[in-house]
Amino acid sequence: MTALPDIVEITGPTPGQQLRKRMFGHQGFMIGAVFLVILVLIAILAPVLAPHDPYSQSLGDRMVRPVFMGGTWEHPLGTDHLGRDYLSRLIYGARISLLIGTVAALISGLIGTTLGVAAGYFGGRVDAVVTFLINVRLAMPVVLVALAVVAILGGSLNVVIGVLGLLLWDRFAVVMRASTLQIRNREFVAAARAIGCSTPRILLSEILPNIFNNLIVVVTLEMAHAILLEAALSFLGLGVQPPTPSWGLMVSEGKNMMLFEPWLVLIPGAVLFLLVLAINLMGDGLRDVTAPENRN
Amino acid sequence: MSNDPILSVRDLTLDIPTAGGTLHAVRGIDFDLHRGETLCIVGESGSGKSLTSLALMGLLAPKIQRSAARIDFDGTDLLKASRRQLRHLRGARMSMIFQEPMTSLNPAYTIGDQLAETLLLHRKVSRAQARARAVELLEKVGITAAESRLSQFPHQLSGGLRQRVMIAMALMCEPELIIADEPTTALDVTIQAQILRLLVDLQREMNMAMILITHDLGVVARVADKVAVMYAGELVETGSAKAIFRQPAHPYTRGLINCIPVPGRTERGARLGTIPGIVPSLVGEVNGCPFRGRCDQAVDACANAIPLHQLDDDTHELRCVHPDGHRHEEVTA
Amino acid sequence: MLRFILKRLGLAILVAFTVSFISFSLLFLAGDPAIAIAGENANAEDIAAIRELYGFDRPMLVQYAEWLWNALRFDFGQSYYFRLPVADLIAERLSVTMTLGVCGILFALLTAVPLGVIAAIRPNSLIDRIALFLSVAGQAMPSFWFGLILIVVFAIQLGWLPASGASSWRHFIMPTVVLGYYAMPAIMRLTRAGMLEVLSADYIRTARAKGASEGRVMFKHALRNAIIPVVSLAAVQMGFMLGGSIVVESIFALHGAGFLAWESIGRNDLPTVQALILVFALFYIIFTFLADVLNAWLDPRMRSS
Repeated sequence: MTALPDIVEITGPTPGQQLRKRMFGHQGFMIGAVFLVILVLIAILAPVLAPHDPYSQSLGDRMVRPVFMGGTWEHPLGTDHLGRDYLSRLIYGARISLLIGTVAALISGLIGTTLGVAAGYFGGRVDAVVTFLINVRLAMPVVLVALAVVAILGGSLNVVIGVLGLLLWDRFAVVMRASTLQIRNREFVAAARAIGCSTPRILLSEILPNIFNNLIVVVTLEMAHAILLEAALSFLGLGVQPPTPSWGLMVSEGKNMMLFEPWLVLIPGAVLFLLVLAINLMGDGLRDVTAPENRN
Repeated sequence: MSNDPILSVRDLTLDIPTAGGTLHAVRGIDFDLHRGETLCIVGESGSGKSLTSLALMGLLAPKIQRSAARIDFDGTDLLKASRRQLRHLRGARMSMIFQEPMTSLNPAYTIGDQLAETLLLHRKVSRAQARARAVELLEKVGITAAESRLSQFPHQLSGGLRQRVMIAMALMCEPELIIADEPTTALDVTIQAQILRLLVDLQREMNMAMILITHDLGVVARVADKVAVMYAGELVETGSAKAIFRQPAHPYTRGLINCIPVPGRTERGARLGTIPGIVPSLVGEVNGCPFRGRCDQAVDACANAIPLHQLDDDTHELRCVHPDGHRHEEVTA
Repeated sequence: MLRFILKRLGLAILVAFTVSFISFSLLFLAGDPAIAIAGENANAEDIAAIRELYGFDRPMLVQYAEWLWNALRFDFGQSYYFRLPVADLIAERLSVTMTLGVCGILFALLTAVPLGVIAAIRPNSLIDRIALFLSVAGQAMPSFWFGLILIVVFAIQLGWLPASGASSWRHFIMPTVVLGYYAMPAIMRLTRAGMLEVLSADYIRTARAKGASEGRVMFKHALRNAIIPVVSLAAVQMGFMLGGSIVVESIFALHGAGFLAWESIGRNDLPTVQALILVFALFYIIFTFLADVLNAWLDPRMRSS
């Protein structure tokens, strides 16, 4: 219906520039990314930013209210039941959440991507086995298994990260398998095979770069998942152990005083909610801007 | 009474808002259609034929703006009709057959359910009566073992069979008007002729008015009473089939007819006619004749408003700066 | 169809056995389960006695075979803590969890499906935005925190609902909302996406051309097709929800199977934990199997093949 120009000049922005432009134009992605960057900076700069030592107790200053509820600027967000500065614990808690989210997502990403790409690329029996493993994994109740393993091995940061990393690979495997299936028979893969590239080389330099966008999306979503699960485990008393400042643990500790001091529960939970929200917004945004149907 | 047209359309215009401005997809369409008559709307892809047919049925996507001086169906003003009134017309008195038989049937329901639904929506009949009518029509459209087809699902039928089912569905309530939008395009060539033959036979038998949308002039020559030639959203020439084929006036119509190979007249191995050039963009203001960029008769005046000329008999109309579609020296001067 | 069901059933059984093996071997993660049971202050003799009592001195595979054989007859051994048969304990607690799970999935479906449908019919409308907001927020909401907020607002501040226990239907309202909201976002997104896709299908135009009313077009013609994938998702979510009931039950002190799991984990009551992991996994396996069968039945293309 529209006229074609006589001469088609390839000027225009490069695909990378287009992607960046779409990212900056995507509201959800930008909100999520900005919030996440700020939080990462806070976590890195925790020793500089935190007004107090998150571990130092002061039984004389127990449950001081936050400044907006009649407290003082000495403890802007008040203190907990052991007199520890709440803001400082929140700031250090960001380190725990981000560390667990990142490392757990990396471990599960490594497992899931390996399985998924293998299943998608080799098909046949490999695919059948991987699909079966995914089914088995999905049938395992995550919270229950994680709690049981942490209870048996003892709660520590390493155990929690390890357990979550070993449990959350299913979505990686599902998505990577589907993505690999889609491009396995494309011309450039066939060409690489025809010129005699080795299988590992094809997987690493042909397949992986082309499913990378989808991988990043799953990384963000599973990071959020891992952070939520760690908080839930710590809340139930079988995750990160006191006195480590984990947000889930802070909610759990505040729960007993919830009747009189609900802010003890509201503040760490809200921060957790916002972090997960930011990561999810970013992940959803990435999916929107990298989805093939949005490319034109 | 019987001289009144069953469908009368004046100045039908369709605008589509797009990011780059308004797309004037269809502009100023006029035609009349009488009972028992077949009108063929011909034109290339994207000329606005399908949009026109959807506009008549009131099935346009909500974002497409429809305006007209008149769309009158047997005394009912379709422009002013309520959604409810339109619903009672659709499927009952005016039916439509679509281009894509493969996807036009609901995959979740049996053929029988979908056929019966049309009748149940418009007539006070029992399910058994509706199914009996469905069998009757399936037989009429040439489907064997009609009874057993009722319990089949669309995916179990071939494309040709599905289009027969679509035709049966459109005829369930004996409509007075049937609009067929390229009903054979998606089918195998051998099936195309059968389906078309069927459609025309049924139309004559049931004395329906039919609008057949097509880009196949061979089809038009065989079935049309009236022809409307559409180009880039405008009717450039309308008239009786006889007049259009005997004396095609508009340069575009002549170009189209030259593209048809005629047995005996077209030399073996000779090149068929082609019309060079491209269709203009319809986004933003559209002035003058849309065909002028491809027209071998074009003159400067083609960029101005284009008059409508009556040719030999008063039903043959031409929209061109040249009263007979041919450039004469005095016009260029 | 029958072939499909049998094949799918075979897979379900195979998955169930694998899960049973994994949940059994969890016991051996710690190295010596006898030490875990005996506790930190036990001496060598106590540990040896426990080892013999429970048969931990035999090869692991032998123990698994015995456990599995008993489990097949619904005998999961004795609870270390309650000194009662694990099967009785679970059976007693399961009704609370099942009630919660059914209420939760119903809540999720009854909110998610209408919202998803309306959002798809009117994209970018106010309702679409509210639905989007609810789903984005729901995916980021820690359920334990959401539960506590509900308690603060509805039990403490307003005093409308009881904060804990399971003695009346009112006790189930807040847990249902928390658990249902966990499952809602995914169902809503899928319903909306499915409806959007189906609404642009040619057969929807056919239905309109027949003179069907908008309501009939939406529900009889569109939703019937869009709902097929939602059925599978709802089953998966139901399975996840039962597994996630442990968090909700612990917040609202609902003494269901999830609560039992939490208690048992805290008490190192391994036979109960093993059995619960298996039971929750079996529920997931059964739900997804039934959903696949229902799905195949809903989709004529699969039913007739």
